[in-house]
Parts: sequence; C-alpha cells; structure tokens
Amino acid sequence: MTSRTTTLNPGGIASSGRGRLGDRAFRWAVAAGGITVLLILALMIGSTTLDALPVFSSQGIVDFLTGITWDPGVSRTEITGTYQAGVFMFGTLVTSLLAITLALPLSIAIALFLSDVAGPRVARPLAYLVELLAAIPSVVYGLWGLHFFAPTVLKPVAKFLSETLGFIPIFEGPVVAFNPFYAGVVLAIMILPIITAIVHEIFRAAPAAERQAAYALGATRWEVMWQVVVPRSRPGIVGATMLGLGRALGETIAIALLIGGGTTINISLFQQGESIAAKIVNTFQESAPEAIDALIALGVTLFAITIVINMAARLIVRRLGDLSGEAIS
Amino acid sequence: MRVTTESATMTTPTMTDPAVEATPSQPPEIRPPGAMVPPRPIARARDASAPRNEPEARPANPAVELSDVSIFYGAFRAVRDVSFSVPAHAITALIGPSGSGKSTLLRAINRMNDLTPGSRLDGEVRYHGTNLYRADVDPVEVRRRIGMVFQKPNPFPKSIYDNVAFGPRLNGYRDNMDELVERSLRQAALWDEVKDKLKQSGLALSGGQQQRLCIARTIAVEPEIILMDEPASALDPRSTLQIEELMAELKENYTIVIVTHNMQQAARASDRTVFLNMGDDRAGYVVEVDDTVKIFTNPREQLTEDYISGRFG
Ligand SMILES: Nc1ncnc2c1ncn2[C@@H]1O[C@H](COP(=O)(O)OP(=O)(O)OP(=O)(O)O)[C@@H](O)[C@H]1O
Ligand SMILES: [Mg+2]
Repeated sequence: MTSRTTTLNPGGIASSGRGRLGDRAFRWAVAAGGITVLLILALMIGSTTLDALPVFSSQGIVDFLTGITWDPGVSRTEITGTYQAGVFMFGTLVTSLLAITLALPLSIAIALFLSDVAGPRVARPLAYLVELLAAIPSVVYGLWGLHFFAPTVLKPVAKFLSETLGFIPIFEGPVVAFNPFYAGVVLAIMILPIITAIVHEIFRAAPAAERQAAYALGATRWEVMWQVVVPRSRPGIVGATMLGLGRALGETIAIALLIGGGTTINISLFQQGESIAAKIVNTFQESAPEAIDALIALGVTLFAITIVINMAARLIVRRLGDLSGEAIS
Repeated sequence: MRVTTESATMTTPTMTDPAVEATPSQPPEIRPPGAMVPPRPIARARDASAPRNEPEARPANPAVELSDVSIFYGAFRAVRDVSFSVPAHAITALIGPSGSGKSTLLRAINRMNDLTPGSRLDGEVRYHGTNLYRADVDPVEVRRRIGMVFQKPNPFPKSIYDNVAFGPRLNGYRDNMDELVERSLRQAALWDEVKDKLKQSGLALSGGQQQRLCIARTIAVEPEIILMDEPASALDPRSTLQIEELMAELKENYTIVIVTHNMQQAARASDRTVFLNMGDDRAGYVVEVDDTVKIFTNPREQLTEDYISGRFG
C-alpha cells in the first residue's frame, strides 16, 4: 500500500507539468486572439481613413460635416466633385432619434410587464418571442415595411398627423411615398426587441428583497415598478438604449428601402430624406473611384458618430452608477 | 380547541364608523406626534362575524388576533389551525424549529403572502376586530399600518435620506420631510452615526447600521405594528444587542412581533411567546402561547421545555 502511494505521487507538489503546459498554451491562444482583433481593427481604421483622407482634405472637415451638397465627380485619380455629408447625417440622426424615442418607452413598458406583471407562464414564452423578433434579419423588416406596414398602417397615420398637426414643421405635409417617418418607425420596431430583451434582463436582476421592502412599506405594484425597479436599473437602461441607438445608426437595408432618397435637408418627417448608410449602399455600385472614396469618408464619419455616442453613454452610466450608490465606499 | 362565545365582546357591534372603530382597543398615543397619515379606514365596512376559537390566557388588549389560520402554498399546508393574539405595545416572539411556519405566519399578518403566487389563507386575521382577509380590505393599506423588517437588511440603492423618505413619499407626505427623516433615524438609534452623511448610499453602511436604517424606513411611515423576521440573525453580537435595545424602546409606540431562532433573544427581549412546532404532515401548529417568563421558566408542555432547552429543533 505504502509503495503504491509513493509511485502514484512521485514528484509530490511539483508534479503537475502537464497542467502547466495546457495553461501556457491557453494563454498563448488567448493572446493571439486578442492581437488578431486589434490588428483587424487597426487595419480597418487605417485603410478607410487613408482612402477618406483626400476627401476630407479637399472638402475641408467642417464643410464636409455641415454642407449639404453632394455632387460626385468621375475622376479615377483626384477629387473633382463636391462632397458634403450634412443631408445624410441629418437623416441618420433623425431616423435614429425617432426610432429610439418610440422604442424606449415601449421597451420599458414591455419589460416591466414581463418582469413584474405577467406570471411566469405568460412571461416566459413572451420573453422568448421577443428574443426571436430580435433575430429577424433587417432586410425582412425592410421588405415588410415597404410592402405592408408603411402603405397600410403608417401612411394613414402620417396623413392624419400632417392634417391635424401640420403646423408643426416636423409634421408638415405633403406625405411623400417614402420618407424618414416610415424609416424611423420601422427602425423602432427593429430595435424594440433587443432593447426590450436587455432591459427585461436588467429588471429581472433587481433583487426581490428590494421589491419586498417597498411592498412592505405599502407600495402598490405600480409604485414598486416605477420607484424601485426602474430607478435602480437606470444605468442598464442607458446601456441598452445606446446599444439600440448603435444598431439604429448603422442600420442600412431597411432604411435604404424606406427613407425616400432625398437630396436636401427636410425638417418634415414626411418628405424624402437620406441616411449615411443608405446613401452608401444606394450609390456604391455606380460610383467612380473618387466618389467611392467619398462614400468611404461617409462611412468613417458614421463610425466616428457611433464612437462618440458610445463614449457619452459610458460617461452617463458611470455617473448614474455613482448616484445609485453601488460605487460609494 | 374549545369554541367559546365570550370573545364576541371584543368586537363592539354598536360602532359603525370604521375610521374610529379601533379606539377602545387602540390607545390614542399610538402614533408619534404629527402622525402624517390621516386615520383612513382599512376597509369600507365593519366585520360582523364574531371571533370563535381562542386559546387560553388571551391578553386583554390585542392588536392582532389570528383564529384558526391555515396557510397553503399550492396544495401544501404550511400552517394548520393557528390561533393566538398579539398584545398591543408589547413584543411577541414566534419561536419554533425551522419550517414550522414562523415566517409564513408573520407574512400573513401584513398580507405579504399575497405576493407569493399560489398562497392561500383560511381562517381570520383580525386587526382591531377587522378581518384583514375580507374581500374589501386593501392589502396596500394593511402594509402601511403593519410594517415589516426582513432577515437580511435590504436598503434600497438610494441615499440614506431617500431610504427613510421612501415610504412617506409614497403616501404623499408633504410636511417637513427633513424632520420626519431625523425623527425616524433617531427612533432607530441611527441618527448620530449618519447625520453627517445622509446623502450617502444606504448600502455603504455596516450590516447592523443597514438593519437599523431598514427599521427607520419602516418607522417613517408610522405603522402601528412592526413585524420583524429574524432581524438580527445576519448581525454580529453587538449589533444584535443594539437591535434588541431598540425594540425595547420602540414598544412604547409600536406593537412588535418578532421571529427568532435565538432562545436567549426571545427570553430577553419579548413579553409574550408563541411556540410553534411542525407536525407529521410538515404543517406548523401552535404548541403553547404564554407570557415569555412563563414559557421559559415553567412551560405547560413538555415539548416546549425540550425545545427551549435545546433538546430538539
Ligand atoms: N414561497 C413558498 N412556496 C412554497 N412553500 C413555502 C414557501 N415559503 C415557505 N414554504 C414552506 O412553508 C413551510 C414553512 O416555511 P417558513 O419559511 O414559514 O418556516 P420558518 O418557520 O420561518 O422556517 P425558518 O426558521 O427556517 O425560517 C416550509 O415547509 C416551507 O418549505
Ligand atoms: Mg423563516
């Protein structure tokens, strides 16, 4: 017996060489993965910025961002046209803001319903359904909006709004066939599931003990939801909103199908607009090399907008986290 | 259990205004001065049914009376035919082995069990004569009158001030909130420790301080009864003693019901003790109810003696 134990464990505490090898290999694999990601990112930023640089320098960065003329040239070697992104940036921001404005309150309401109102027998299948909706490809949303939702549902709504509230510039008629309003609403439907799914998870993570404490103080279910669950979840809600906004900003196909392809800034939601991503896909194929560089410059701009919004979100989340007290020592 | 009729005198059927119906059994000084909630009726009409089953030696001035209470979770009966009363301005301790239904009974008193899907209660829980389980009683109003402190301190992730002000704000309290917050924190023996950091998170306090904050939060809505479910079990001995001293002070203004596993605590801190045991069907039942001194010095039941001397449970 004694001899057997010694042969089984000859090296004592230092014998785990195989485990160490695996450890080292794993560390290398992880490091390689990380470096690859960084390389790809650097390559992407580097090459796009390189292509976009002549456009930025020939137009001037301020004019590029604020001007509203897009008049592409046909040169293969130099920049001869006028390239200004204002119209498209406006369209991107308008559709994204409209989408988030419509989607966020509805998402919070649905998430609260799932976490605090519906019983598990209703909530579980419904939550699953929401996750399924998030998985539908955006081109399907776009086609559905194009052929069904916009003409049968949104058109009457738009007509009604322009007739009753037409004195407000954003609702001014006439309502054209495709417009930022349709794009924004369909975009809202697209980002609704993902925001709802995340916010639902956040609400579910709110401790039962806090809900109980509020109930024991004589809170109604409504008060528990709005004064305990929602306030403590604010940082997470901001995060989910930013994720939805990110998706809205970059969304291409559905918007390209619905926004109307305008060439000027229209304050009214019911007249043609154009977004950055839609402009790129709509004109990429028939563009001369210099115009393609200009489209890449548009892409770089969109990327920059997304980064700025993301950083702002991080700041807000950190600030809110401080307020809600978890971070206080 | 014997059925008696004498307890019908508890509910005086001549009084019809529900807002003042509790006056004979409810001393006027029950709320601290400046009570914010106007005495609202807990239900629309008065309960006509007279209490039936009562165990012996019932105290004179009960704030709550349970009679023949059975509580179910789905098909499982967690508590069987429990009757006891809770004297006003005293500390009543619920003791008994794990699973005997102490927490279940406590939550039945302020209708917190309503929040558990599938839970059901048979029998009556009377609060100054009104059956809290009558169809027209609003559980939200019940919980405003009968507050609760939980086993694990559960402050909101808000500032100390906002934690205490939470309940009053719900109730639309618009008087001097600073004063109410200070008074509540003082009553909870926490004021001196936190008066300079009211804007700090309640989560930044120690466990014992958090629990006193939770007590302050409960006091701030000026309930009549405070239910405490093992309020000191997560705390160190010093904080535990603090909580016990605090309870002794609070019973001047409040009626307290406490669940505890700690026999010394029950003996030290309570005036009256309800001993529960778990039957063969795993349903909890009352073995003995009496003054704490009696239970701990000269219990009627052998089972009680075995339990308090640590021979089982
Ligand atoms: N939410 C619930 N759903 C189903 N059964 C429950 C629930 N809460 C409690 N029970 C059951 O009811 C019985 C009594 O539980 P309760 O928590 O009231 O006991 P307790 O006396 O407080 O025990 P402990 O001393 O361990 O806290 C137990 O058998 C428990 O399993
Ligand atoms: Mg318990």
